[in-house]
Amino acid sequence: MSEPVLILEAVRKSFGALKVTDDVSLSVAPGELHALIGPNGAGKTTLVHQISGMLKPDSGAIRFRGEDISALTPEKRARRGLARTFQITSTIASLSVLENVALGVQARAAHPLSLFRNAARDAALNRPALAALEAVGLADRAEVPAGRLSHGEKRALELAMALALEPTAILLDEPLAGVGREEGERLIELLSSLKGRYAMLLVEHDMAAVFALADKVSVLVYGRVIASGEPAAVRADAAVREAYLGEEG
Amino acid sequence: MSTAPALAETAAAPAPRRHIRLLLPILLFGLLALAPLAVSLGMPAGWLALLTRAMIFAIAALSLDLILGVGGLVSFGHAAFLGIGAYVTGIMITEGRAEALLILPVVLGICALFAAVTGAICLRTRGVTFIMITLAFGQMVYFLAQALSAYGGDDGLTLYEKSTVAGLDLFSTRTGFFYCVLAALAGCYVLVRILVASRFGRILRAARENPVRVSVTGFDVTRIRLIAYVISGMVAGIAGFFLANHTDFVSPAFMSWQRSGELIFMTVLGGVGSLHGAIIGAIAYLIAEDALSHLTEHWRVIFGPMIVLFVLFTRGGIVGMIRKLGGGGGA
Repeated sequence: MSEPVLILEAVRKSFGALKVTDDVSLSVAPGELHALIGPNGAGKTTLVHQISGMLKPDSGAIRFRGEDISALTPEKRARRGLARTFQITSTIASLSVLENVALGVQARAAHPLSLFRNAARDAALNRPALAALEAVGLADRAEVPAGRLSHGEKRALELAMALALEPTAILLDEPLAGVGREEGERLIELLSSLKGRYAMLLVEHDMAAVFALADKVSVLVYGRVIASGEPAAVRADAAVREAYLGEEG
Repeated sequence: MSTAPALAETAAAPAPRRHIRLLLPILLFGLLALAPLAVSLGMPAGWLALLTRAMIFAIAALSLDLILGVGGLVSFGHAAFLGIGAYVTGIMITEGRAEALLILPVVLGICALFAAVTGAICLRTRGVTFIMITLAFGQMVYFLAQALSAYGGDDGLTLYEKSTVAGLDLFSTRTGFFYCVLAALAGCYVLVRILVASRFGRILRAARENPVRVSVTGFDVTRIRLIAYVISGMVAGIAGFFLANHTDFVSPAFMSWQRSGELIFMTVLGGVGSLHGAIIGAIAYLIAEDALSHLTEHWRVIFGPMIVLFVLFTRGGIVGMIRKLGGGGGA
């Protein structure tokens, strides 16, 4: 198989005596959707923070497209093609939906910080942004301030903002958190339409979604990966059943 | 029941809002341009000097609004730039270099340098620490000016000449100086407005609300804020240039921390983030100060609580109030 896009090598992180990330190694191949599951407090979001650069691991290496990015700032990782979404919706409430997505387009534009040209009327920003909105089904809400969207729409906007970066890999931190059944189904459909185009690391609680989407599943418990592999194999794993899936009956 | 009106509202909102946004600044600058006419029709001549002073402070407040209102950075040392601008002007006039086209580049250069160096340090911090460290740098310049014994030290420096503009003696008449300041204010306002609407401005606005999102989108938030800080400092330096020419005197008091506090007050009074709010705030502040000081010697006792009450009870300052009256409530 081709070289993995994202590789974690023995990543460790402690908050005081608490080991939140305990010797985690995993990899995501190009176009692969790798799901990361585990009970609450297992350290899933902390791991995503370390991959995106918002937290620094104590030790270990994070490789992205062959380069060690462990010491890079979040903005440098983003510019190398590593996008992320947030568990708690993180948009710019006062900017319009289109402007939110245009931020990502702007980041990879030739002059991301030009001082004088009007950004709101800039077709070079708006056209790709609108395309990303169309991909997630939000095109008709483009002019609405992001703060006024429904919760499900905000989840879709998160995704569009990540797509606008034209990333190689996307870290999805519970994209289905708090959405209703109907909207959840639409988001799952959307995610599956993105499969194969981006390497994705998906943190998710919704087991139905995970087993519908994932090519590979890793199970994180108390900061350790206790199982990793094909969805069917992980589902059958005794340790996993005891630690996690068993809870669901 | 709620979705249909909400949709209608969002569809209808932009048009009138855009009109109000343009109407207010046009009205503001139109009224200012007519002020000398009012004086020739019988208003006391002191009014023109007061308005000129107000417009000079409006330039400084406008520059502060770029980092405070748009960028979300509360700088408590902004008077330093006003002072640097005034001192550079004062020193150059004293040394026989009164030409504005010579002074202004030096003012802009020194303010940019000071902003770049201090900003790079200040912007490593957040919140209250940022406020305190900008205050510290402001006080540093204040004491530096006090120590400048060759140029008056603590007593300040009296200027016996005004600047010329390209050799023309534009600043010697009240009306001439008034229009020069008005032109500078309008120029700075348009410039800052263009900046806010640009790609750079959009990122600056976004970073005020959600710096984490902006950084994972690929932008260096600190660098963007530093650019804003430098531009803001340069614009405030222009205000300093005019202040020195207005008062024919510069002193360390120009950059005391109280002055920085006044600039924040002016900006908040007018309404942060709208840019013309800062201008309206500065004018309202100085007119109120002038009127009250004629009334009683202890005018600060009235002025202080008045401002506190006003800020407490009008969210969004004067501009917010006008918007509310114009929009009939809104969302």
